[in-house]
Amino acid sequence: MTLLDIQDLALSIHGTPVLKGVSLDFAPGEVCGVIGESGSGKSLTALSAMQLLPEGSDCSGRITIAGRDVLSMREAELCRMRGADVGMVFQEPMTALNPVQTIGHQVAETILIHEGASNVEAMSRAAETLARCELPQSRFPLDRYPHELSGGQRQRVVIAIAIALGPKLLIADEPTTALDVTTQAEILLLLRRLVDEDGMGLMLISHDLAVVAGLADDVVIMKDGEVVERRTARTLHRDMTHPYTKALFEASGHQPDRTESRIEESLLKVENVSRDYLLPRRTFLGAHPTMRAVDSVRFEVRRGECVGLVGESGCGKSTLTRAILGLEPVQEGRITLDGRDVFTEPDVRRKMQVVFQDPFGSFNPRHRVARLVSEPFHRLSRSATTEEIDEALTSVGLAPKDKHKYIHEFSGGQRQRIAIARALIIRPELIILDEAVSALDVSIRAQILDLLVDLSVTYGLTYLFITHDLTVVRSIADRILVMHAGRIVEQGNTDDVFEAPRDAYTRRLLDAAPKLPA
Amino acid sequence: MLRYTVKRLGSLLASLVVASLVIFACIEVVPGDPASFMLGINAQPDTVAALREELGLNRAPHERYIAWVGGLMTGDFGTSYTYRSPVSEIVVERLAISLPLAIYALSLTILVAFPVGILAATRRGSLTDISVMATTQLGIAIPNFWFALLMVLIFAVNLRWFSAGGFPGWDEGIPAAIKALTLPAIALALPQASILARVMRSSLLDTLSEDYIRTARAKGLTGRQALRRHALRNALIPVLTIIGLQFSFLLAGAIIIENVFFLPGLGRLVFQAISQRDLIVVESVVMLLVFAVIIVNFLVDLAYAWVDPRLRSRA
Amino acid sequence: MTEDGLFRAALKSRNLVVGHLLAAAFAIGALLSLFWTPYDVTELTIATRLQAPSAVHWFGTDHFGRDILSMIMVGAQTSIAVAIVAVGIGMGIGVPLGLAAAARRGRLLDETIMRGNDLVFAFPSLLIAIMITTVFGPSALNAIIAIGIFNIPVFARLTRGAALPLWTRDYILSARVSGKGPVRISVEHILPNVTNLLIVQGTIQFSLGILAEAALSYVGLGVQPPTPSWGRMLADSQTLIAIAPHMAMFPGFAILLTVLGLNLAGDGLRDLLDPRIRNA
Repeated sequence: MTLLDIQDLALSIHGTPVLKGVSLDFAPGEVCGVIGESGSGKSLTALSAMQLLPEGSDCSGRITIAGRDVLSMREAELCRMRGADVGMVFQEPMTALNPVQTIGHQVAETILIHEGASNVEAMSRAAETLARCELPQSRFPLDRYPHELSGGQRQRVVIAIAIALGPKLLIADEPTTALDVTTQAEILLLLRRLVDEDGMGLMLISHDLAVVAGLADDVVIMKDGEVVERRTARTLHRDMTHPYTKALFEASGHQPDRTESRIEESLLKVENVSRDYLLPRRTFLGAHPTMRAVDSVRFEVRRGECVGLVGESGCGKSTLTRAILGLEPVQEGRITLDGRDVFTEPDVRRKMQVVFQDPFGSFNPRHRVARLVSEPFHRLSRSATTEEIDEALTSVGLAPKDKHKYIHEFSGGQRQRIAIARALIIRPELIILDEAVSALDVSIRAQILDLLVDLSVTYGLTYLFITHDLTVVRSIADRILVMHAGRIVEQGNTDDVFEAPRDAYTRRLLDAAPKLPA
Repeated sequence: MLRYTVKRLGSLLASLVVASLVIFACIEVVPGDPASFMLGINAQPDTVAALREELGLNRAPHERYIAWVGGLMTGDFGTSYTYRSPVSEIVVERLAISLPLAIYALSLTILVAFPVGILAATRRGSLTDISVMATTQLGIAIPNFWFALLMVLIFAVNLRWFSAGGFPGWDEGIPAAIKALTLPAIALALPQASILARVMRSSLLDTLSEDYIRTARAKGLTGRQALRRHALRNALIPVLTIIGLQFSFLLAGAIIIENVFFLPGLGRLVFQAISQRDLIVVESVVMLLVFAVIIVNFLVDLAYAWVDPRLRSRA
Repeated sequence: MTEDGLFRAALKSRNLVVGHLLAAAFAIGALLSLFWTPYDVTELTIATRLQAPSAVHWFGTDHFGRDILSMIMVGAQTSIAVAIVAVGIGMGIGVPLGLAAAARRGRLLDETIMRGNDLVFAFPSLLIAIMITTVFGPSALNAIIAIGIFNIPVFARLTRGAALPLWTRDYILSARVSGKGPVRISVEHILPNVTNLLIVQGTIQFSLGILAEAALSYVGLGVQPPTPSWGRMLADSQTLIAIAPHMAMFPGFAILLTVLGLNLAGDGLRDLLDPRIRNA
């Protein structure tokens, strides 16, 4: 028996076709993984099943859930179906909950509107559901508000809302993308358990092959609004035939060709650095309590190396980055670049540059590329020559004529190339890559990683690669530093750390990381 | 919540102190000294001296400031030079008109703006929405005192439903008094209601596109239920800010509208005091109005915390 | 979007076109009145007083026999001048304050500027005008100052609010890595990205300035006779409204249409310049 059956689904929004003949089906108790890069139409397929499409959508084909035809239902019937027969979990737990309502109310609401249960009864069932989602009443009472919970905890509330009535089908759209690795592992485990206990069908949508591979029975690969391949998850890596699937697989575990070019000479030295933040005063005239974001960190980066700094959100890696760049003072310790202190001799900062994560927020939208990439010349107190701009653009694979364009004319991957050009233009020795490939689709990510490796050889660059993504760091770093709660808990050669982690936190992190079947 | 209230209360007191200093300083910088300013150029030196004595101008400025603020706190606003009676008595008499007028206008504003704004947001792009947007656009552009004149022309001069102005006094019965305040209240409320309706509409449209509305719809709520149970309360947050600001505009507007309708309220009092150079009255009435604005904004801050739990836990 | 595309989009926006046409009509009237008006507005001819609109006097005459059309044209000068200077004061002082507050967010300077703003908000422009008038006597200059002071916190708040999220952008961090200081960043990176917002708010404050000037002149705190002003004309019409309603009609419509035009233009500009709406 099939639970969700989608046949020849076509969808256009304001006349633009976005889904072209999508078909997929799966049975109760099964997990169907849907994989695709941004723009592949995977989320819209899910929203079509819920009939929660944006305005101006036009849907055709056939969607049945447990034998009932969704596209012919009237709005009232759809409302009765949503929440009761089908639950849905969204990507962004920070915004998916109503900020002014308690979590208890929000879970109980599903029960109230479908079953007309009494308030007291709905609340007690909400408490049970939250407990099933590992939010026990003893620690997370019903009267908590969303802002009092972490991202992972909020996602559990969203899941509780979706499963409160024991739906037959659960749709999870990138449910762990916004979360840290260890939290992601917990949420995936929770979803698996709920599927097994309730015999639900789960449609799990993700851009991450490894996430889906570990959980799904069947895998559907989507590209540009079409299903390109469908396989059993366990044997996907052997059975795949479509070139796109293969490319995706390759890109996800992409290993750039690297040659060691390490010189035993220290370039960046971080010695016992601590950074405190002032918290708001508790009483009117009391002293500010402090929070130690970076705690006695010490490490060094040698010339020509690529060092990976790994940690989850809030571990202090961003604060450390800012301190190294000389943007935020430190309370203790010393940071030197090429033997000179970055705070007392700001002149030395010209030897380092940075590339940030967000390809959209990294550039002033009102300046042309030529002006954007030549900004670091401010440090040299002169402006960039046309040749220098052209060379920087060419070296990252763009054309000199691109310098006349504005940033919105480029794709995410191209923007990241421009960011690298900006970092490169004054020939720094150290480039700090702050989650520089985290926002990119896997195929683009692979290209950028290759580019970085090429550039490091051509220009003799040293990288400090800051990321939360273990796969990426393993593919590019010579050595890694693991940061947790403001401290470096482990450091060593990449292979040694991955194969024989010594610290408990490192082990936890490595265990949690989703792995591709090889 | 307690910490939040105490903090707001602290900033309320600070605002009051600074506002009183500013007002006091303004009167201090009057060209010449306040006594000769009040009496005009032709005053006899001995009358000026007598008034200086009466106003206590012979004392140091900080002593006078403290005496003034001390008086305000005990309800002693000084004695009006022109009316020869305590300012507090005159003000109380005038407040009996101005305060009900402001409340009447604010109630009208909210009662009209909320349903209209919600209706327009829920029927976005429909004929209802378009006509609401067009009408409110007009309502904002119309000067309220001119609108008041037009209403006098139509409802008082031509139709004779209302009198053209004046106030019978609360002794004549509440219905008569309310009737006399109706045209002024409408004139005051029209532009404010137009603004508020537009804010309500756009704030509601913003919240309706939030992720948690999608979550609510995925639970099985109808569009209407999602609006009522989730969107409204969140949409109220920016609306409250505007209501706070509007109260101060209503007060200021009331000063003008009272002149159109010859209502003997605070507004009339201020203008008479200016023309008679009665500094004591101007000073006290301005302070009173600023006090009212600050208090209302304090209440708005408390209302925020009631609507938004995030503010309650953040100190 | 290219400059050319922006212009074509502008022509398609009904609000923008109608708004600009209305506002332009009054601006042209005001400019024209600098050189020529149908009648001299300082000439009092009691013989032709209180005439209803006719072919000779399109908008009729007032209680001194002055031509109302001519007075509206000259009055437009007053309104526009007062509003321009008031918005200028508001922007000239408010925008730098807002930029400074955002650059020093959370610090003492920011706190001081924002508390100062709150304080000015507690004195509506009319109260400021009342205080100034009490001290210095009524005049057009005082009306400008009162409206201008009230505009400062509006622009300061708006600029700060728009600048704060910009300060968290990576491109600001990039500029800091390049060694640029807060002043340079504010001018180079922040200001250009809040200009759209300032233009839109500027139009709205401009129309509010016209309303405020009319209100102040109406109660006698603004422009003094014999300088014609729309608010003053309405005040004069009040006692004669039963016998000469046209005296109240034309100046009222002049205010209404100017303000309406500016608001429509502001709305149109916002839709046009807001990339969220434009790209949708």
